[in-house]
Amino acid sequence: MDEYALIMRHEDGTKIASPEQMQIWMKQTMDWIGSIAAQNKFVSGTGLPFADAKVVGHNNVVTNGPFGDIKETIGGIITVRADSIEEAIEFAKGSPVLQGEGNTVEVRRIAKRDEMH
Amino acid sequence: MSEQQLIPHLFRTEFSKITSVLCKFFGIEHIEIAEDIASDTFLSAVETWSYKGLPQNPTAWLYTVAKNKARNYLHHNNIFIQKIAPEIKHTSTDVEENEIDLSEKNITDSQLQMLFALCHPVIPVEAQIGLSLRILCGFGIDEIANAFLTNKETINKRLFRAKEKLRTEKVEIEFPTSTEINRRLETVLTTLYLLFNEGYFSESSDNVLREDLCLEAMRLNYLLIENEQTNLPEVNALFALMCFHASRFAARKNENGEIVLYEDQDENLWNKELIERGAYYLNQSSHGNKISKYHLEAGIAYWHTIKADTKEKWENILKLYNHLLQIQYSPIAALNRTFALSKVHGQQTAIKEAEKLQLINNHYYYSLLGELYKEIDNNKAKENFQTAYTLAKTQTDKQTIKKKMDEL
Amino acid sequence: MKEFLFLYRTDYDQMQQQATPEQMQASLQRWMDWLGSIAAQNRLIDKGRRLENSGRVVKKDLVTNGPYAEIKESIGGYSFVKAESYDDAVEIAKGCPIHSAGGSVEVREMNLM
Repeated sequence: MDEYALIMRHEDGTKIASPEQMQIWMKQTMDWIGSIAAQNKFVSGTGLPFADAKVVGHNNVVTNGPFGDIKETIGGIITVRADSIEEAIEFAKGSPVLQGEGNTVEVRRIAKRDEMH
Repeated sequence: MSEQQLIPHLFRTEFSKITSVLCKFFGIEHIEIAEDIASDTFLSAVETWSYKGLPQNPTAWLYTVAKNKARNYLHHNNIFIQKIAPEIKHTSTDVEENEIDLSEKNITDSQLQMLFALCHPVIPVEAQIGLSLRILCGFGIDEIANAFLTNKETINKRLFRAKEKLRTEKVEIEFPTSTEINRRLETVLTTLYLLFNEGYFSESSDNVLREDLCLEAMRLNYLLIENEQTNLPEVNALFALMCFHASRFAARKNENGEIVLYEDQDENLWNKELIERGAYYLNQSSHGNKISKYHLEAGIAYWHTIKADTKEKWENILKLYNHLLQIQYSPIAALNRTFALSKVHGQQTAIKEAEKLQLINNHYYYSLLGELYKEIDNNKAKENFQTAYTLAKTQTDKQTIKKKMDEL
Repeated sequence: MKEFLFLYRTDYDQMQQQATPEQMQASLQRWMDWLGSIAAQNRLIDKGRRLENSGRVVKKDLVTNGPYAEIKESIGGYSFVKAESYDDAVEIAKGCPIHSAGGSVEVREMNLM
């Protein structure tokens, strides 16, 4: 079994949702993750609030990010166990992030060898 | 209390105190000497009290006799100690200078330090539980064997090996340093958690013994709460969990000793005082920002102390199981989560989720499916209960499933 | 102490062009040294993972081959770090060897999901 990272991308990270909307998404996200965990396929995960994010670039240039030129923003990453990328994609399809127009989930296999980045 | 009741009672409470203090005094490598002196003390008590009658203060009597026996032991073995076992912690000359201290404070400290020594990661967890039951709870070997559903010989071997290991690894009876305390506490809490579960869920037919196991786990857990350094959030959370579970002791068995399922329990039999204590310690556990599995399990147990089926209750239970599964997966948590899901989002949604679990060797899995298909497709419900019945191993489980089938 | 995620972004096309085994080895060493120095300050929660180059992107029911292509820099991996504040975390990120390869580190505070 391999591990995959599901990277949740919001098309426009500058959009601010209402607290009520946020709460509904939170609940849906917890149910989604709970479902993966109940299959013993959940490894780890974290949400990433948009506020105050920074990007440290070449020559140590620090910009307020992560928006920069594009508005696309990562809202969270979870790591799952799956037998194939297809199975990981099925997990990704359940993500409540995809309810937002233009949002995506990137599915990436985690490098197997215990090698640094 | 009559003499016949008093001696077993004293044995339970005082044996562990005397053994812990003596063991701390002699060092862990002489754990058997400490046990022997404590046992010997009780033997003397039975003999003396039967013809002289009860002393005015039986506990004080026991402590005096234990001290004398320890001192005699050291005198008689002086040559042995000086020539053969110079590593022994104290010698007879020390005893005269340093009285063996059976004060309340030293007893508590010794028990707490023993708890850390016995729950040392160098010995396997079932041996940790066995040793704790023997040394800290004063259980007899046959009682331990009964609790583990095995024979005396196996337990004797297991405890012997564990003591050997504590000796060879030179485990100290001391309080872990502040940098080590969290890691060591984790093992201690696991042992207490398992000790409690052993009592709560074991198949042993001896109800009194099972309740005793639970109460002992709670007593040891409480020692940790009373000590400032170990009074940590997860310690309080585990205690809260035990209180909530223990509150249902009276309600979970009927007069024939059969298990009464949660939904069929008479909530008037639930112990309100324990529920309140549980709520108090759950509240205490919320300091700090670490959420342990004990916090989550205590939270789930808390919501189960409210019998009425409300949306709020099941939404909270679902949330807690979602979180618990992320920290530590277990098939039973996965099944319970799916049950909570059915209460929140309906049976159809839960069936879809349940089918993803594929716990095909687990009879609880088929019982859950049976439950979820109820009224949606009674034939499928029956099929699933049938499979559950075939897979179930104990008579109690089979009976429960049979009842479900008859209800369809 | 707060918890931060470091996302390592690089331009894959550019990165794969050169890199002899010796260079790879040297690069690996630089990463190890850098992560080791964070760990030595007791700030490393988890060294994280490196991601393989290929992947998929799921958009509603549409699945395309990725990695994410809208921007040139793809995510190559990530780590979890403890820091007092964003400023503190940024200071740590400045030492990342990815900068010498023209990449960047996105620093994001984490919350519980």
